[in-house]
Amino acid sequence: MNAFTYSRAADPAGALSELSARPQAKLLGGGTNLIDLMKMGVEEPPHLVDVNRLAALARIEEAPGGKGVTLGALARNSDAAQHPLIVQRYPVLAQAILSGASPQLRNRATTAGNLLQRTRCPYFYDPAFPSCNKRRPGSGCGALDPGYNRMHAILGTSPACIATHPSDMCVALAALEAIVLTQGPTEQRAIPFEEFHRLPGDQPELDTILRADELITAVQLPPQPAGRRSHYLKVRDRASYAFALVSAAVVIDLEGDAIKTIRIALGGVAHKPWRAKKAEAALVGKNPRDEAAIRAAAELELADAKPHEHNKFKVELAKRVIVRAVGNAVA
Amino acid sequence: MHPLREEVPPSPQPNGDELDEILTFGDPLTRRRFLHRTALTAAAVVAVPALARHASAESPPPAAAPASPAPPAVETGTMDVTLSINGRTYPLKIEPRVTLLDALRERLRLTGSKKGCDHGQCGACTVLINGQRVNSCLALAACHEGDEITTIEGIAKGEELHPVQAAFIKHDGFQCGYCTPGQICSAVACIAEGHAKDEAELREWMSGNICRCGAYTNIRAAILEARDQKPAIA
Repeated sequence: MNAFTYSRAADPAGALSELSARPQAKLLGGGTNLIDLMKMGVEEPPHLVDVNRLAALARIEEAPGGKGVTLGALARNSDAAQHPLIVQRYPVLAQAILSGASPQLRNRATTAGNLLQRTRCPYFYDPAFPSCNKRRPGSGCGALDPGYNRMHAILGTSPACIATHPSDMCVALAALEAIVLTQGPTEQRAIPFEEFHRLPGDQPELDTILRADELITAVQLPPQPAGRRSHYLKVRDRASYAFALVSAAVVIDLEGDAIKTIRIALGGVAHKPWRAKKAEAALVGKNPRDEAAIRAAAELELADAKPHEHNKFKVELAKRVIVRAVGNAVA
Repeated sequence: MHPLREEVPPSPQPNGDELDEILTFGDPLTRRRFLHRTALTAAAVVAVPALARHASAESPPPAAAPASPAPPAVETGTMDVTLSINGRTYPLKIEPRVTLLDALRERLRLTGSKKGCDHGQCGACTVLINGQRVNSCLALAACHEGDEITTIEGIAKGEELHPVQAAFIKHDGFQCGYCTPGQICSAVACIAEGHAKDEAELREWMSGNICRCGAYTNIRAAILEARDQKPAIA
């Protein structure tokens, strides 16, 4: 690990002023990804600001004015997944969190850290590989054919990068249309979840639109209509403790037997949690138990898929995951 | 060239009973005896990753160790960190980059917690922080001032084994024993969390602890039995 200097922030203002004073500094929360990246030599921050004592950012509580629930940036994943406000109102989020990582990691991992975790693309994660546009802009993409790309993206890719976002939690947050609350030196922002993470385009080094001098303070979960159905389905290489090959978070509001609104977010297929908006649009008014209709919507969504040599299976898998997740949500 | 990858002569092997004792309980006396006997070769254990050398960068290398590499070019200095471990207070002067695992093993000689993958994937380094299980390899020691840290050395109540330790012996919940301290710490927390209902739940909630020997069947049997006894801690 590189040598660095270390300080502890006493409050959010202190963390922000450290970030402004030291543009290369990183905030240290649970450290479950950052410390690992530093050991690998992927991240080499000269200074770490420990934000673990900002207790005000660890709260999980009702948002004022009936605006749902505020999930603090420093709330640990395990606390979020077992909090009554999350378990009762946003079960899809609890399911997604608990399907990721291990109990040990979830005890440390935070909300904000989950949003900001980096891809597990091996060409990014190991500096011994010379080519990675995300790690070294302009160096090329080692994962493109003839690279090994079994875990990689099939939707929204660019010639510069085919990495996936590794989070389960963020897939649920995308389906819930959460809002990312940030604090900068001069302004606060409320960023719709869909806009927070980026597609790679020609700047794959940028995962999100968060600015270097900005702090995530919380994620706001919108109020849930009564009777909402939801489900998180994750398909992976082993039964537990593995990243998703494909996952789906589904949130459905019914009117009688028909879908009034549906939101489907996919994990493991893109540089960000992928909102399957074509499938969503095709399913409004349909019966969620009509498997042929769901399959047709899934076909529509995956029509644009661009698989590579080793991840062709993800196209069919994603369709089946959509069908199964919708079915489970209304089962 | 990696300074720790040199060929080393084979270590004298302790007998089976003693090894079980060391690896299951991390008992400091037993361990110290073992370490003393094998010190000449243990100092050059092949599997110690490069990171370990940073933890002890400012203390002189053990006499029999291979030559230490030059100190890092960027010197950011040390800081005073006081850790509370197994009810004792340990003042330390360490660089901020020292992980809790390296502080335990390399500075405090609490070598019960094991370094397996060093990337949070195997669980061999699992310790309890304020009663919660965490991977000590991904925690910086500097972040845990004021926290109550419990390692495998602090799980037993004096001479009285924790029920999980006793059950691991009874059910033969290990083969090589390297993952065992992490398995036991994780199991103690798993039971306290209420995630030891049945085999299926244990398979999921103990998935952060990998056993390359494949002793899972016996590990689960041990945890299920220990669950129904009154734990000494947590």
